Amino acid sequence: MPTNSNANIVLSVKNIVTQFNTVDGKVHAVNGVSFDVRQGELLGVVGESGCGKSVTMMSLVKLLPMPPGEISEGSAIFEGQDLIQTSINDLQKIRGSEIGFIFQDPMTSLNPVLTIGYQLIEPLRLHKNLSKSAARTRAIELLELVGIPMASSRLGDYPHQFSGGMRQRVMIAMALSCDPKLLIADEPTTALDVTMQAQILDLVRSLRNELGMAIIWVTHDLGVVANLADRVMVMYSGFIVERADVTKLYSKPKHPYTYALLKTLPDMEGDRSHRLESIEGQPPDQLKPTTSCPFAPRCEYAFDRCTHENPQLELIAENHEVACWWDMERHSPRPSTSSI
Amino acid sequence: MLVGYGKTFTTTKYKLDIALRMGELLTTKPLLQVQKLKQHFPVTAGLLRRQVGTIKAIDGIDFDLMTQQNLGLVGESGCGKTTLARTILRLYQPTEGKIIFEGIDMTHLKSSRLRSLRTRMQMIFQDPQDSLNPRMTVGSIIAEPLDEHTSLKGKERSGRVEELLDAVGLNPRFSNRYPHEFSGGQRQRIGIARALSLNPKFIICDEPIAALDVSIQAQVVNLLEDLQEKLALTYLFISHDLGMIRHISKRVAVMYLGKIVEVGPANELYTNAQHPYTKALLSAVPLHDPGREAKRERIILSGDVPSPANPPTGCPFRTRCPAVEPKCAISVPKMKAIGQEHRVACHCVM
Repeated sequence: MPTNSNANIVLSVKNIVTQFNTVDGKVHAVNGVSFDVRQGELLGVVGESGCGKSVTMMSLVKLLPMPPGEISEGSAIFEGQDLIQTSINDLQKIRGSEIGFIFQDPMTSLNPVLTIGYQLIEPLRLHKNLSKSAARTRAIELLELVGIPMASSRLGDYPHQFSGGMRQRVMIAMALSCDPKLLIADEPTTALDVTMQAQILDLVRSLRNELGMAIIWVTHDLGVVANLADRVMVMYSGFIVERADVTKLYSKPKHPYTYALLKTLPDMEGDRSHRLESIEGQPPDQLKPTTSCPFAPRCEYAFDRCTHENPQLELIAENHEVACWWDMERHSPRPSTSSI
Repeated sequence: MLVGYGKTFTTTKYKLDIALRMGELLTTKPLLQVQKLKQHFPVTAGLLRRQVGTIKAIDGIDFDLMTQQNLGLVGESGCGKTTLARTILRLYQPTEGKIIFEGIDMTHLKSSRLRSLRTRMQMIFQDPQDSLNPRMTVGSIIAEPLDEHTSLKGKERSGRVEELLDAVGLNPRFSNRYPHEFSGGQRQRIGIARALSLNPKFIICDEPIAALDVSIQAQVVNLLEDLQEKLALTYLFISHDLGMIRHISKRVAVMYLGKIVEVGPANELYTNAQHPYTKALLSAVPLHDPGREAKRERIILSGDVPSPANPPTGCPFRTRCPAVEPKCAISVPKMKAIGQEHRVACHCVM
């Protein structure tokens, strides 16, 4: 773990293990994930669908259906309180006020039969004990903050009267309504067009400078993270496989998966004639507990150690951690005891 | 997953077929011509369904598609990309204009003639989950077009299914399985196999990779490219992923509110975009390189796409255009050639 400033850690997650009990057996969705988020930082979480990035975030605030979900290990310390041990009732007070959420699809996460105004004012009244008129004023302020024109006249509108990008702005306004210390955004721009996405990213960039909260941004799009995040962690099959500062991760990826992911993306500039690099195969079946490196079957650098020992996340350079037995720079296996 | 790829794909019949297609390649007639195509939908209201307006989903589109010169179609959602695709296949009856496929004007073709022509043009859909019947086995999904249009039976039919599965890189033994037993990428391969079953020449790919994971997208695009080479296919590739469009298309057309605003060879369009909308679209794509990203100039469009039921007067883009001038409100800009095959519809481009 990079330890330059422990002082302003907002959320400290240690060894979260989440499973789903299904008729076919236990699905090992998250296998011991640990990370910290500091104040004012934007942490990007990248991975393919099914890699456990959303389940990790949902586990932190117990938004998982339990059962079948089960958080069997781990802790998540937020403001001196372990969220995993906290009862659902106490969590209700934290969710939406101390920790804000933005979900992928604004159409399914806004209530279609209630006005935007009602949906914005309700949490303010509940969490902040504001009077009706104060809450209304605050709601208008929030809509203006996220760039909705004629905010006061739009409070009475229903979600279907807004376009996709506008709806996502409303979601952001709702998430920000109680001044959260931490904002968790789960694929917030995936359902939007590139132009709308650019608008939202621009908005988040400016809000972050203005409000200075910690943000966890979950996405599968490496491009989005590249121009937004301070630090990035890459997940695969319920494990963190690499974590680094954003520039380091993109310029010198150390895990073969990150490396391959970056190479599969077609370049907007440069040469287009060559064939796309692709990662053959599929992500592994998570019904079996992993004893080998989960990426080994698809990895072009895999050697015998990878098939019987799962590498742990190790610090290999300043602010750069990787879970891999192969040293991509020296083109040789990594020594078993790392020394930095 | 491309093991055994194309092994059984070399029966004499298909060799002949490929040879014939190669011959056609040498002629320079366009495979598909779309001329002044319009698709307007009525807006009705009230008990008597009185028409109160029109949605101009496609409003005067012209392009030629040459054999194997893939055309990429980009634009925001709601700009009419999918409607254009469906109109070209005559899943909608066009309001105005002409669709000429292999020299045959199919705009007003009778359904019996259209039926035989449709075997030559196929479509691959966005969501393989929704476009495959969950109650049919993969074998029967792929064989359905064969049952409809050919007289293949028994061994021949199952042989063809296995051949197709092999061609898209799936194990031919999978033909008795159901779609839910496959992953997203594999399901998209099934969709591709179905589209290939009648030896089409032209395939419309409507966002074929949008629902797939990043690491799987490249596999599917590579497969589409290999198939194109092997079977002399031509794609109309619809996507909002500008990076992928550039990779797969020879030419790219940018659509806005039912009109093509700029069209040109892919490299030219990406390096020398002229229309303000194309520029904005390109600058909105996040680069996967923080260094370059920090340096480049961003154009962020404000607002949304106007409603096609009530489009702005003059240039459709003028309400969001950063370089708008008074003349833009007066007349609709005409397509102008500004380079070899590079055309743009903007008043401000000289």
